[in-house]
Formats: sequence, structure tokens, C-alpha cells
Amino acid sequence: MAYTEEELKKELETKEYEYGFYTDIESETFPVGLNEEIVKAISLKKGEPSWMTEWRLEAYRAWTEMEEPEWANVTYKKPDFQAISYYSAPKKKPQYDSLDEVDPELLDTFKKLGISLEEQKKLAGVAVDVVMDSVSVATTFKKTLAEKGIIFCSISEAIKEHPELVKKYIGSVVPKKDNFYAALNSAVFSDGSFCYIPKGVRCPMELSTYFRINQAGTGQFERTLVIADEGSYVSYLEGCTAPMRDENQLHAAVVELVALDDAEIKYSTVQNWFPGDKEGKGGVFNFVTKRGLCETNAKISWTQVETGSAVTWKYPSCILKGDNSVGEFYSIAVTNNYQQADTGTKMIHLGKNTKSTIISKGISAGRSQNSYRGLVQINSRAANARNFSQCDSLLMGNQCGAHTFPYIEAKNKTAQIEHEATTSKIGEDQIFYCNQRGIDTEKAIALIVNGFSKEVLNKLPMEFAVEAQKLLEISLEGSVG
Amino acid sequence: MLKIENLHANVEGKEILKGINLDVKPGEVHAIMGPNGSGKSTLASVIAGNEDFEITEGSVLLEGEELNELAPEERAHKGVFLSFQYPVEIPGVTVTNFLKTAINETRKAKGLEEMPANEMLKKIREKSELLEIDRKFLSRSLNEGFSGGEKKRNEIFQMAMLEPKLAILDETDSGLDIDALKIVANGVNRLKNDENAVVVITHYQRLLDYIVPDFVHVLLNGKIVKSGGKELALELEEKGYDWIKQEATV
Ligand SMILES: Nc1ncnc2c1ncn2[C@@H]1O[C@H](COP(=O)(O)OP(=O)(O)O)[C@@H](O)[C@H]1O
Ligand SMILES: [Mg+2]
Repeated sequence: MAYTEEELKKELETKEYEYGFYTDIESETFPVGLNEEIVKAISLKKGEPSWMTEWRLEAYRAWTEMEEPEWANVTYKKPDFQAISYYSAPKKKPQYDSLDEVDPELLDTFKKLGISLEEQKKLAGVAVDVVMDSVSVATTFKKTLAEKGIIFCSISEAIKEHPELVKKYIGSVVPKKDNFYAALNSAVFSDGSFCYIPKGVRCPMELSTYFRINQAGTGQFERTLVIADEGSYVSYLEGCTAPMRDENQLHAAVVELVALDDAEIKYSTVQNWFPGDKEGKGGVFNFVTKRGLCETNAKISWTQVETGSAVTWKYPSCILKGDNSVGEFYSIAVTNNYQQADTGTKMIHLGKNTKSTIISKGISAGRSQNSYRGLVQINSRAANARNFSQCDSLLMGNQCGAHTFPYIEAKNKTAQIEHEATTSKIGEDQIFYCNQRGIDTEKAIALIVNGFSKEVLNKLPMEFAVEAQKLLEISLEGSVG
Repeated sequence: MLKIENLHANVEGKEILKGINLDVKPGEVHAIMGPNGSGKSTLASVIAGNEDFEITEGSVLLEGEELNELAPEERAHKGVFLSFQYPVEIPGVTVTNFLKTAINETRKAKGLEEMPANEMLKKIREKSELLEIDRKFLSRSLNEGFSGGEKKRNEIFQMAMLEPKLAILDETDSGLDIDALKIVANGVNRLKNDENAVVVITHYQRLLDYIVPDFVHVLLNGKIVKSGGKELALELEEKGYDWIKQEATV
């Protein structure tokens, strides 16, 4: 039977609909929604081996059985997970031809942060003509690392080039069924970083995602895996102080750290995603799972400065599995306007003589809510475990809130746990005192906030600390008056 | 230098200063004495520009320029310094960092470059020696855990670093033992010259043995009820304030 013109058209339409998805693999963005086919397509698009595809599918199936957590002290409109596109090829085209077209407010912030013009262009998505420069920097950088046997590449590359390492460690610290967001990430992660430091090697420089080519932008579902082999050391920097505007509202990253015997990992983060406007509209939801595993005598330090996002849900944790291992968490979380943050850490003491330190500094301004949530768990086998926690909150004004939720579970009598918490307000008497010495109110607040955050700022690598300090000032600008 | 004319000021709707007149010339030292609650600290706060207090009448002039509408930091930039009766703590901010910020903010307001580090260091060394301040003290958090005496000495150290035109010392002697009092007084005297002026607020005459005033004023219930030379302080020490109260009500 011959097709009528009408029938043919109809048939084509439905076919296009039915298979459109496959044809779309070749295009930049997937259709919205999530199902097994999409998960497979992501894996296929990235040229992954079948074990990886299978791994993603298992995560996806687990995710469909899970519920979005409700326990955090944040309220927000739940994202519609079927309204998101789960794959977007990195945009190669710049959005603008010159800086004149970029939002002046954004440029103003760049200037305050002291970011170079070239950098500004790159961050704002303006075509940069001197690409050669950044490529050559990255190349020299890679060469130095390669000489030491250090692997530092994208996770996609690692899946292809170093499958034995990825297969062994991915999901070993954050299992794919760990929680709702981790499961989602495991199913659909777009890209991220991979780092391996061989036995006994001390990484000669701070590793920063920033230097990696093709990786300037942050994916929506990033996956990071850092492995420090026996006796090695690495300091890893994540993020960037420049404000990240991103049309992706939901970010659900997973970071896994593995510190083998006698190894040490320092992981520092500065996060400054778009927090939403002054009324609280827009803004990124940041649901992150970060966890590190310490073998015998190993040490992991998490240091973070969080100023961005509309909603943050984040608990970098340490599993102190090996005897004598050490976990540290140093955090500054700033919330302003309508931002909400529920952050903290988990220290799980499994080995003997394990030690953990938690220093959390929460700064709330405007109408924001800032919660610290920390768990210290001492396993029955963890003889002589020690923990020291200190949670300080600084309030600016009367409309914001600070909350502390410390949970302690000690199953071994030899444990020594100390918890200190303070809440203070920036007093008018402090401001007047500064004013009287010639320091205006804006600067006075910056000074007081820096003083308050000092113990944590001191833990950041030098250059990062200076930037972070400026960032704190900018985040709180105009918050008193 | 400082001229106060018929100054009335309120706090929370209550009148505390009830018509103060004062004229302090360059090179002079004035003492303001009076019982607790008479308004001495309020006067100091109003001169420094604390916005908790509302000026309802009269004016404060520095070198002929009216200060009433100026922010506290602007007054500081013009050379007003207040040594606080109760200095506040700023945790995590070292004495050095605080002073560096204060000096550079003032320089910035005057259109000057930041003070070069070596110059700053030299100045810190010189002034800390003058006030016999231990170097370790400079790296401590501002006023945090300081003893009463340390706080006061630190106030005068800041004064020495900032070199104000007009220094108001509010009960700087309280909390100081006799040795510290001598050191602080000696510091103030060494900083004193013909171009600046000092207003010493105290209710003991003890400090005035070391910082000798040209004039002594008695503040009572928001008004200056008696002024005189340094002998007035001795008289007050001997007879207390009651006779003045009686004189004032007559
Ligand atoms: N911030 C304030 N709020 C309310 N009352 C105040 C405040 N400051 C001072 N006062 C009142 O003003 C009066 C004078 O206080 P003050 O100037 O501190 O006296 P002095 O320094 O002479 O002891 C007192 O009655 C005191 O209670
Ligand atoms: Mg007083």
C-alpha cells in the first residue's frame, strides 16, 4: 500500500520522535529526562567500556528506588529530574565577542578579585585569542607531573587510559548507592578529574582543575577521584574564586579520596557559584558527596570556603580505617541574602589511635540560614580515638540564623571527644571601635570576619588564601546597614 | 583645637548632656572629672561620633570645622582619637594587623599611599619601646584575654601610632598599677606637643600627678559646673564632689 503524503509525514514525525534520541547523540544536547537509554547513551557517547556502562546502570536502578533526602535544614523547590538534560557537550563557542557584551556587575566582581583581563574573558565566556598561552602552560605542567609518574587527567580519559585504577577505586569510598545524589551522579556523571600519585612521590605542585585543558567549566555532575599511593603526598585545589554563573540549577558532584598507607591528601575548595539574586531567585543547588578513606598512618584534610549557591548540602567526610590515621575538616561557610547552607562533616573512626579535628566557621548575614551538621562516630574497635570539634557561628543582623547539629556516637570507652561551640554577633561596639580608628564599616566587617575565619584561612595554600579573603569581603558587601 | 558650644545630647530619648561648653587650645591638657554617671563617657562618645547618641542642640568643632554631621571614621581621619574606657575585643585580628589597617585607611582617606612596611615596622618598634610593650603582645588578638592594664596600655600604644591632634583618654588610669600608670603617663607626655591637645577623663586625681592638666573641669549631671586650674583636682580629691553638688544647686 502506497503511503499518502499525509501518512508519510506522520510516520516520519513519530519515527523522529521515537528515534530522535539516537540521532540526537550526534548533537550537542540530549533531550530532557532520565531513563536507562539515556544512561547508556551517555556512556556510549563517552566511548566507555562495558563495565563502566553496567556500573552506571546499576547506579541508575538504585537511584530510581531512592527518595530525595528531607533531613537537611534547607527548604527549596525540588528539582524535576525529568526536566533536566543529562548530557551537554562542552560549549566550544564563546557566548560573547567582547567584554563589552558581558554583564557589567560580573565584570565589576572580577575586578575586585583582581582577575586579569584575559582571565576575565575566559571566565565570562568571551573568545580568548591567546589560547596558545594557556595550552603551553598546561603542557609544561603535564610534563613535570609525568616525570614523577603522576597521572592527572579527566575522569573520562582515565576510564580509557587507566581502567585498572578506575575500576579498582571508583565507588570504593562513595558507593554508587550511598545516597540519592551520589547514585544520580554515578549514573550520569559527565566528567571530572582523576589523579594518581605513585608510591612515595611528593607532588611538586598544587594540583588544580583550573590548569587542566578542556576543563575550565564545571560540569553539572562532576566526578573526582584522587588516589594517593603509599607514602605519597598531594595538595589538590578545586574550584575558583570567580563567580560561576551557570544555567544548570542542580549540581550533584561526587569526590572520592583514597589515601593509602602513610599517604597524605590535602583537598582545598573554594566554591562561589551563583547564590541567586537579592530576592533569592535563581541560584545553584549544590548537593555534593565528598568522602575520603584513610589507610594506616594516612591523613586527609578537607579545607573549604563556601560562599556561593542558593542551597548547599555538603559534608566532606573521612573514614579513618587504618590505625593512627588522621582526618581534618576546616570550613568557612558564608551565607547572605536568602542563601541556605547545611554543611559539616563526618568523621568515622574505625582504626586504633585515630584522630580527627573539625573546625567549622559559619558566617550568616541577610536572611540566610547556615547550619553545621557533624557526625563523630567511634567504632568499638577504635581504641584511643580522639576528636576535637569547634563550631563557631558569626551572625550579622537579626534576620539570619545559625544552627549547630553535632552528633556523637562513641562505642569505645577509651574515646576522647571534645566539642566546643560559640555563637557571636558582630557588635556595634566593635564596629564603632574600628570606625574610631579610621576604619569604615565595610572594612571593619571584613576585618572582623577575617579574624573570625583565620584558623581556616591559614590552612589554605597561600595564593588561594588571599583570594578567599577577598571573596569573603565581596560576599558580605552591603550586608550591614 | 576643640570647641564645644552648648552641647545637648540624648540617648534613647533621655537627655544626658545638658549644655556643655568647652574650649581646648593646641598644646593644652584638660581634665574632666566628675562622679560616675555624670556623662563623661557620653561626652567622649559624642565627640568621637558614636551614633547611639543624638545631638539635639549645639555643636562640636575641630579646628573651626563642625563635626556634627561627620561619620566617626571621618573624624578619626581628621585627628580625633578616643582611648576607650572599655576597649572591645576583636578575635583573630592581631594588634599589628589592626594598627596597620587603621593607619593605612587613614592615609587612604588623605590620598596618601599605604605606609611602606619598613617604615611601619620602625614606627612599631619605636612606639612599643616608648610604652614598654613586649613584642609578643603585638601578635595577640586585639584585646582578647588582655588584662585591664594591658588593654589601656594598648589604647595608648595605638594613640602613639596614630599621632592624633586631639586625644581623649577615658579613664585610662583605671586598671593600671602604679608602674604601668607612670609608663603610660610618660608616653602621653612624650607625645604631647604644641600642636596637639589632650582631654583626660578621670575621677581620680592620681593620674593628674603625672599628666599635669592646664585646666580641670567638673562635670555633674550633664553640665560643667566648675572649672579651674590643677589645684581643683587636689581639692576634689580631698573634699569629694558633695560640696560642688551643693554649690551647683545653690
Ligand atoms: N548607650 C546608653 N544607653 C542608655 N543609657 C546610657 C548609655 N550610655 C550612657 N548612658 C547613661 O548616661 C549617663 C551617663 O553615663 P556615662 O557618660 O557613661 O557616665 P560617666 O562616664 O561619667 O560615668 C548614665 O546615666 C548612663 O546610664
Ligand atoms: Mg565613663
